[in-house]
Amino acid sequence: MTAVLTYLAGKAFRLATLLAAVCALSFWLMHISPIDPVQAYVGAEMMLVSPEQRAEIAERWGLDEPPIERFALWAASLAQGDLGTSLIYRQPVSTVIAERFAASLVLMGTAWTLSGVFGFALGVIAARYRGTLTDRAIRWYCLTLASTPAFWLGLLLLMVFAVWLGLLPMGLASPAGVRSDDVTWLDRLRHLVLPALTLSVIGVANIALHTRQKLIDVLASDYAVFARARGESETGIIIRHGMRNVALPALTVQFASFSELFGGAVLAEQVFSYPGLGQATVQAGLQGDVPLLLGAVIFSTLFVFAGNLIADVLYRAVDPRTRAEAPA
Amino acid sequence: MNGTAAEAHPRPVRMPRVRRALGGRQRTLLAAALAALALGAIVGAGTLLPDARLTTDLGARNQAPSLANPFGTDWLGRDMLTRTARGLTTSLALGAAAASVSALLALALGAAAATLGKMADAAVSWLIDLFLSVPHLVLLILISFAFGGGARGVAIGIVLTHWPTLARVIRAEILALRGSEFVRVSRRLGTSNLRIATGHMLPHVFPQFLVGLVLLFPHAILHEAAVTFLGFGLPPHEPAVGIILAEAMMHLSTGRWWLAVFPGLALLAMVRAFDVLGDRVRALLDPRTAHE
Repeated sequence: MTAVLTYLAGKAFRLATLLAAVCALSFWLMHISPIDPVQAYVGAEMMLVSPEQRAEIAERWGLDEPPIERFALWAASLAQGDLGTSLIYRQPVSTVIAERFAASLVLMGTAWTLSGVFGFALGVIAARYRGTLTDRAIRWYCLTLASTPAFWLGLLLLMVFAVWLGLLPMGLASPAGVRSDDVTWLDRLRHLVLPALTLSVIGVANIALHTRQKLIDVLASDYAVFARARGESETGIIIRHGMRNVALPALTVQFASFSELFGGAVLAEQVFSYPGLGQATVQAGLQGDVPLLLGAVIFSTLFVFAGNLIADVLYRAVDPRTRAEAPA
Repeated sequence: MNGTAAEAHPRPVRMPRVRRALGGRQRTLLAAALAALALGAIVGAGTLLPDARLTTDLGARNQAPSLANPFGTDWLGRDMLTRTARGLTTSLALGAAAASVSALLALALGAAAATLGKMADAAVSWLIDLFLSVPHLVLLILISFAFGGGARGVAIGIVLTHWPTLARVIRAEILALRGSEFVRVSRRLGTSNLRIATGHMLPHVFPQFLVGLVLLFPHAILHEAAVTFLGFGLPPHEPAVGIILAEAMMHLSTGRWWLAVFPGLALLAMVRAFDVLGDRVRALLDPRTAHE
């Protein structure tokens, strides 16, 4: 019990130091940026806004204070859960992130599950037929996917399924010009297919190659050799001995891939104009929405940390050797 | 422990292998030749194709691929092959510069972590964690924003996001070398630290560094293209693959498939060629796979 508590305390401490560093680093990066938030806010109405009004906006946002004090103010309100107000959505940053992340979560969750299932299956097949043409084809496919720009794949899918075949919509999360109450589940699903497909096709490579390697190691182990000598079939060995040893490491790899998943979602959402957190991050960066950009950075850090934490916990739950090493 | 277990027992009987016509060295040479060929073709086309092919030619707008314009032309009548070659040349130069600096950073920090004591080690590993804790793309957007976009922002972003993995590899390699018998014997014999570093460590670390650099390079190009595609990287008037693809996205519904297909395919081929090369060199240097 104490070991668990020490473990959790250690993780909490790590999270706290990482978050503090990420906050300080990103605040500093915002500070040195030549992009003036007031200018970005005023935008096209630049001629209509007098210098006095600009100074007033800067004062309201606290931009006239020295940077250290601004950071202290921002950090203090952040500690109370107040991320400020998004300039482009005119809503509290936490509301924008919550709404956008809900949409992203559907997309990322679908893609994550699909890539996990297909990647694992491909990895098992490649290991079962290792050294054959099937194996080489799967490996070639995975390595090529790993070199494929995600946004380009999204463009190709759009071209084929939306423009040529006209089967699926061009983008967005629901039909344009329809009230959100009237949007059916089928509509939402049709809008989800292409972005989720893009994201999952890219995600397959990592998990498939990892599973293949692990399973091949298992199949070369003494107990697999012994099982073979007892007359068990190759498929039987994979089901009874291989899967157990490979399934959980594969799951931890999937959880540890949240960073790439988020990055992929940013690109996929941009290509498909999918209103998720990734697209909001890009918009915040392009339009100088500093509070939202900072909020997105902090939130994505938490997201990645959560994935790594789950991967770590799963690994310790499965492999007693990693538990023994923990400080008692 | 793993290594000895594998050596003590021969390979399992049923390991069907496709008969290989070429050995590891030949395959590596082939990969290097292919990568060099791809590089030469892109840079050659980027520098040799005349500027005239990039001028607006309203008579030759939106033409599908033909012999005169293998990649077709865009809505201003510019030759897409020339634009792609120029764009990839820019990406390659930027990627090579950023990947090199990033690899040197990894070397410096990895070596510092392994040799300068516990504090330095803890500091470097904390720094590695910090840079891995934010999604790469988000960090790239942030850094690019901080430097007001442009080539400088992307380059700095790539340098800062790509070093952690290689730094870990180099740290582990140097730690293993420091504990190895021949280094300890050499130290007892009174060899100076400098001599140990250059005579014993460098020959072992350099191949790792080289492989890391070659594998960093395609990643750097991919990330540059992605960030530019999102609108943070190179400015729109630069010929960059990310810009070309972002423009192609706007013309997607017109059905002019060649605007997106060929530039993306060229980028993919380039990245894949260097990935294969890096993998082959690594397989050759790794004693466990060198004989395959």
